[in-house]
Amino acid sequence: MNFDFSDDQKMLREQARKFLAEKCTNKVVRRVFEGEHGHDSALWKGVAEMGWLGTAIPENYGGLGLGYLELCVVAEELGRVLAPVPFSSTVYLFAEALLAAGSEEQKTRLLPKLAEGKLIGTFARAEGVGAVTPKSIRASFKGGKLSGTKIAVVDGMDADYAVVLARASDEPGERGLALALVDLKGAGVTRRAEDSIDPSRKHAEIKFDGAAAEALDKPGEGWSITSRVLDRAAILTAFEQVGGADQCLVMAKDYAMTRYAFGRPIGSFQAIKHKLADMYVNNELARSNAYYGAWALSTNARELPLAAAAARVSATQAFDYASKESTQTHGGIGFTWEVDCHLFYKRSRELGLSLGPQRSWKEKLVTQLELSNAA
Amino acid sequence: MDFDDTAEEAKFRSEVRAWLDANAKLKTGAEGADEMEVEEDGASMQAAKAWQKKKAAKGYARISWPKEVGGLGGTPLQQIIFNQEESKYDIAPGAPFAIGLGMCIPTLMHYGSKDSIGRYVKPALAGDEVWCQLFSEPAGGSDVAGLRTRAERNGDEWTINGQKIWTSGAHYSDYGIVLTRTDPNAQKHKGLTMFYLSMKSPGVDVRPIKQASGQSNFNEVFFTDVKIPDSQRLGEVGQGWTVALTTLMHERLAVGGGTGGGIDVNELLSLARTLELEDGPAIKNAAVRERIADWYVRTAGLKYTTLRTMTALSRGQQPGPEASIAKVVVASKLQDLSAFAMELESEAGALKGEDAAMGGLFQAGWMGAPGLRIAGGTDEILRNIIAERVLGLPPDIRVDKDIPFNKLPSGR
Repeated sequence: MNFDFSDDQKMLREQARKFLAEKCTNKVVRRVFEGEHGHDSALWKGVAEMGWLGTAIPENYGGLGLGYLELCVVAEELGRVLAPVPFSSTVYLFAEALLAAGSEEQKTRLLPKLAEGKLIGTFARAEGVGAVTPKSIRASFKGGKLSGTKIAVVDGMDADYAVVLARASDEPGERGLALALVDLKGAGVTRRAEDSIDPSRKHAEIKFDGAAAEALDKPGEGWSITSRVLDRAAILTAFEQVGGADQCLVMAKDYAMTRYAFGRPIGSFQAIKHKLADMYVNNELARSNAYYGAWALSTNARELPLAAAAARVSATQAFDYASKESTQTHGGIGFTWEVDCHLFYKRSRELGLSLGPQRSWKEKLVTQLELSNAA
Repeated sequence: MDFDDTAEEAKFRSEVRAWLDANAKLKTGAEGADEMEVEEDGASMQAAKAWQKKKAAKGYARISWPKEVGGLGGTPLQQIIFNQEESKYDIAPGAPFAIGLGMCIPTLMHYGSKDSIGRYVKPALAGDEVWCQLFSEPAGGSDVAGLRTRAERNGDEWTINGQKIWTSGAHYSDYGIVLTRTDPNAQKHKGLTMFYLSMKSPGVDVRPIKQASGQSNFNEVFFTDVKIPDSQRLGEVGQGWTVALTTLMHERLAVGGGTGGGIDVNELLSLARTLELEDGPAIKNAAVRERIADWYVRTAGLKYTTLRTMTALSRGQQPGPEASIAKVVVASKLQDLSAFAMELESEAGALKGEDAAMGGLFQAGWMGAPGLRIAGGTDEILRNIIAERVLGLPPDIRVDKDIPFNKLPSGR
């Protein structure tokens, strides 16, 4: 039985934690959170220099080719400190979409730049309020031109390239969908920063008006590739969520040990103890589900879709609970701007929505469960 | 990361399989749910004892115990491997021996004399003698140290008077370990002393309790002038609490692994596939699917947590504290999931046993769940333990700390 990270991977974790403790203090997070910039460029440069962007990208595309277990380790540490960099959009979504569906030429052209930190990417799906379904996609990608409007695109203001889910033919449902690869600096692209609950990950509305775009995949595969990319991103994001949830527990515990009320530390009250115990239980369950996802990701296992949905649901629940109850444990001070509780509260909800809500992942989970039970 | 055995583990697993093949039959899937109740001298008890004897002869009754006392001298991971393989076979469950081998005998091995270890360990391993644990009392449940059963010394003999309660298996046990108060003038944790005794001793009266579920797994045990020699004392006089902590540490390891009696997401999925609701098949209902997903992530999370624990053992490390979460998750999940299944069954959900869907599986689970949330440490005590021992939060303020036991206020 070997269901844990190796000593080398644990060393990478220590190294990442040390680097981020130094380079990603809450001052850095707040500078982005409270400012106009979409990310912290010094930190982004540092992350690139550490080689993290190319952790799972094969060496022939300029990556380190270490693997997905290593990427999971890095993800957890980025999540723990709420790193305000476009890592997940660029690495979990854009790079994964290229690796899953891009041509040799596209991968050779873009991935080395991405691994170097010279290219920020994102993945645009939603067009309006409500579930993202094949029916909801109206953006049109025909004859190399993309038109339509995408909203709530994470890191959309800073991205150089986007993969865009669009309708490429008149065939109904998912068969008409394709993925368009777009240079966002080109003509026919206008962007507007949107207000979002978590300004440490800025969102954008992107309008395409006949923008030049290239096909990423075979026509008709846009939806299934999106689904595969989201599965993979869900596992990596689950590690960010587990890291964030862990940090919430640390903050709540530290506060409960040092805050005195009624002549005793509030951590000696069972009302607080039981809350923190529940946080611990949820976090451990989420961690174990994420580990199973990591195994599935690193081996491309048949169980990956089920493992991804379980990791996603479990981590979203754990981070939601930990962030709101950590705030509650802090009392009034926890609801002030100057204490970090609200940064986690907001990041938790943002991460819980950006790859699709729990509802749709639970549906995916049970569908997979039915398939695996029937097999 | 992988789920493979090491070469050594694989070798042990195949040895175990070969032995099981030679001595038992694989489950066919047609067996009923595991018996939760064991009758004294009943057929199931005889079968359990016979299987235990076979295991003991091979050293499989307690794999990680030393060979000198009848174990195999193996590792905790080998015990888990054996349990995994054994669960695939149609054998009599070892429930009657769980408390004795899981808690009482380890305490005896720690504090007992060489003679008593030589006398009692092997018969317990072989299932010839069954042990129970006599701690809880009407006045001391979660607060075990609040117990009142008195032991008074007269030379080399002690006289025990008082009452124990919630004693699992006392009605079929041959021996028990009993925690008593020997000094009511001392602070409550300091006036306790542990003994072991024969349950057949004159003055011991065992009365089964009818539980809310209708079953009788545990008992009241009354002690009236029960005489035992000082040689049956475990640990020093007044050190009973320290001894009890050893036992309770083993209890959490033993109870923590509970799985909720085979009632989980798969069973709920099976039920949902067969039922029609107002708007069609239950399995197509979004609310049903959402609940299935909620419970699935908890079940899967526990399963993979166990694999993390096994990994630590396999690497020769101490498992982390994550193993302590199991019972908190299992017990309340069983209660909620069973109640939800009954909701799906609608009016017919009120039926039980053979009159109910799936042989009354969910009704039985729902009926037993309140007990599971209380036995072996209540949900609340377990959360205290996680908060204090895992997270390191400060202990509760004790109002009973510096007061002699006999000066403590008490309720009814």
